Amino acid sequence: MSKEIREHQEPFVRMVKRASIEPKKAWLIRGIALLGAIITGGLLILTLGHNPFEVYASMVQGAFGKKIAIQETVKLTIPLLITGIGISLAFKMRFWNIGAEGQILAGAIAASSIAIYFDHLPHAIVLILMGLAAFIAGGIYGMIPAFFKAKWNTNETLFTLMMNYIALQFVIFLEHQASWQDSRSTFPKVRMFTDTARLPKVFGVHIGWIIALIIVVAAFIYLTKTKHGYEISVVGESANTARYAGMNVRRILVRTMFLSAALAGLVGFLQVSGSDGTLTETTAGGVGFTAITVAWLGHMNPFAMVVVSLFIAMLERGSNSIQTSHNIPASAADLLTGLILFFMLGCEFFINYKLIFRGSRKEEANG
Amino acid sequence: MDNIINLLNAAVAAGTPLLLGTLGEILTEKSGNLNLGVEGMMFMGAVSGLAGGLAAEQWLGGAGVMAAVGALLISFLAGALGALIYSFLTITLRANQNVTGLTLTIFGTGFGNFFGEILGQRSATGFAQVTQGTQAMFQPIHFGALSDIPILGKLLFSYNWIVYFSVALAILMAWFFKKSRTGLNLRAVGEDPATADAAGINVTRYKYLATIVGGGICGIGGMYMCMVTCNGIWVHGCVSGYGWLAVALVIFATWNPARAILCGIIFGGLTVLRMYFPIKGLATQFYDMVPYIVTIVVLVITSIRQSREHSQPKSCGNNYFREER
Repeated sequence: MSKEIREHQEPFVRMVKRASIEPKKAWLIRGIALLGAIITGGLLILTLGHNPFEVYASMVQGAFGKKIAIQETVKLTIPLLITGIGISLAFKMRFWNIGAEGQILAGAIAASSIAIYFDHLPHAIVLILMGLAAFIAGGIYGMIPAFFKAKWNTNETLFTLMMNYIALQFVIFLEHQASWQDSRSTFPKVRMFTDTARLPKVFGVHIGWIIALIIVVAAFIYLTKTKHGYEISVVGESANTARYAGMNVRRILVRTMFLSAALAGLVGFLQVSGSDGTLTETTAGGVGFTAITVAWLGHMNPFAMVVVSLFIAMLERGSNSIQTSHNIPASAADLLTGLILFFMLGCEFFINYKLIFRGSRKEEANG
Repeated sequence: MDNIINLLNAAVAAGTPLLLGTLGEILTEKSGNLNLGVEGMMFMGAVSGLAGGLAAEQWLGGAGVMAAVGALLISFLAGALGALIYSFLTITLRANQNVTGLTLTIFGTGFGNFFGEILGQRSATGFAQVTQGTQAMFQPIHFGALSDIPILGKLLFSYNWIVYFSVALAILMAWFFKKSRTGLNLRAVGEDPATADAAGINVTRYKYLATIVGGGICGIGGMYMCMVTCNGIWVHGCVSGYGWLAVALVIFATWNPARAILCGIIFGGLTVLRMYFPIKGLATQFYDMVPYIVTIVVLVITSIRQSREHSQPKSCGNNYFREER
């Protein structure tokens, strides 16, 4: 028995939790992880018989090469950024809202009903009504699962997710309603909005980008400088602590979820009024899911999310252009986004833990 | 009456991918891992199953049994690969289970659609489809006289082989969790990893194995969507929500594989209800909402009357840190 213990060697590698890490080193690790993801993606491109450098270059070219490309990339960034910020509010409370897709559609449906039925009103009023309707509709759509979570601890992940499919079916239903269609067309499609329901453009992109930047600053202030923001972070750390401190956890949950989903709803308005000019099945188009990546990679920080959402928009825009230039399917964007997030999730381990290899004990003592 | 029989028959066929996804996730959750990547793993299994079938046709001499076996094996491996990534990130690198699972769904969906289109590009016709001989392998089996028995024949002896395979798997799993030593150990890991660890059970190995095999089973579910539901052709976004329904079904089945069979049939029935009991004036879209609405209703009901016995394995969703015991 004792022999066995003596023979039991120190493991080849063991890990120790780091007390702290310099920010520089943490960013270096993240940078390496990003590089790792890009290299892995490159290897995949290589096995498909393309030159990875060429493909990546044409992705960047497709996203930022021309003025029109930049405008398109910014247009893709807006929904990702705002939805990401919305999702981060919920995620900070550890409320897993993966129903942003449905909340975007709920907002889009509300905004579209205003555009369809009230487009005789003045331009500014129509837009304000659309925005308000979208904000409230999205918020309420997200409040429903939050209410059940607060009251009976109903699984919010699945609840919010199922709401996505319900909203999507409702959009398809509306597409089949004659009163929503173009009278000249027999296709099941919602008709294009008139100009009174369209957002104006600034620098060639609908003003959603200005709204997005305002939301970034507002969210930062809300999260770091207000009582509400503080409550959100306490609930996220531990719901029990919040309860002992006398906070009304249920109310915080429902309120924050309203805001989270309302931002997604607003995105629905920006999509139908600014980007597409009508309501379709692809109005949300996966933004609700990709925005989860934005929130997580941005570490729930609104300013960091600007950079991340721009980067992911570049991937998506770039993937569209490599579809035409290299005949690589545009779904490559999802694949790459997933890869990057995998690497980023993995690298956090190396930021939180230090690996110590066998035989490096001396070094450790000296260092 | 005929309608009911036909509906039940269709429900079993439509519910099988749900059952497979549910079984895979039950096995995963029993080890304490909540893998929300079922949808992604099903996509990976779907496209790889198709690729496996096509590859077997090309290299192993024609369509038929080999193509079916190829599809089964490759789809299992693809789902297992997705689960391996998940396991490595959550078990070894201690990443958040929720986010890792969601990422797996994003990745797997991209993986499926990306390679689905690549397969289409590489085939002569412009879309990826297995030959008729292979398609026939996934048709309902005719058991001779047994299949011709009125009612019973239709209800019991008129399905493709994956249906019987899944039901057998469910029963095997029920036995595994209740009676086998390994199964009991696995449940101990899922309930309380620290205690299991102290009892000498290798927690890491159990978690890895259960999650990976679970992922492989989900992958087979995806293969079913591609080979049976979509007739052996790649359809963009073909899994479309079935993986998520499977995650919900785990809760309804109360982590019991045998009960999962029933849940699979019920939800399979809900997805095809429109074809057998059309209500005049009710738009098809509202029919298509039904499975999701029912899911929500059942979720709420189960959460209101929470019982200790029928609940999630206790450590589910949390990573195990040995040094923080």
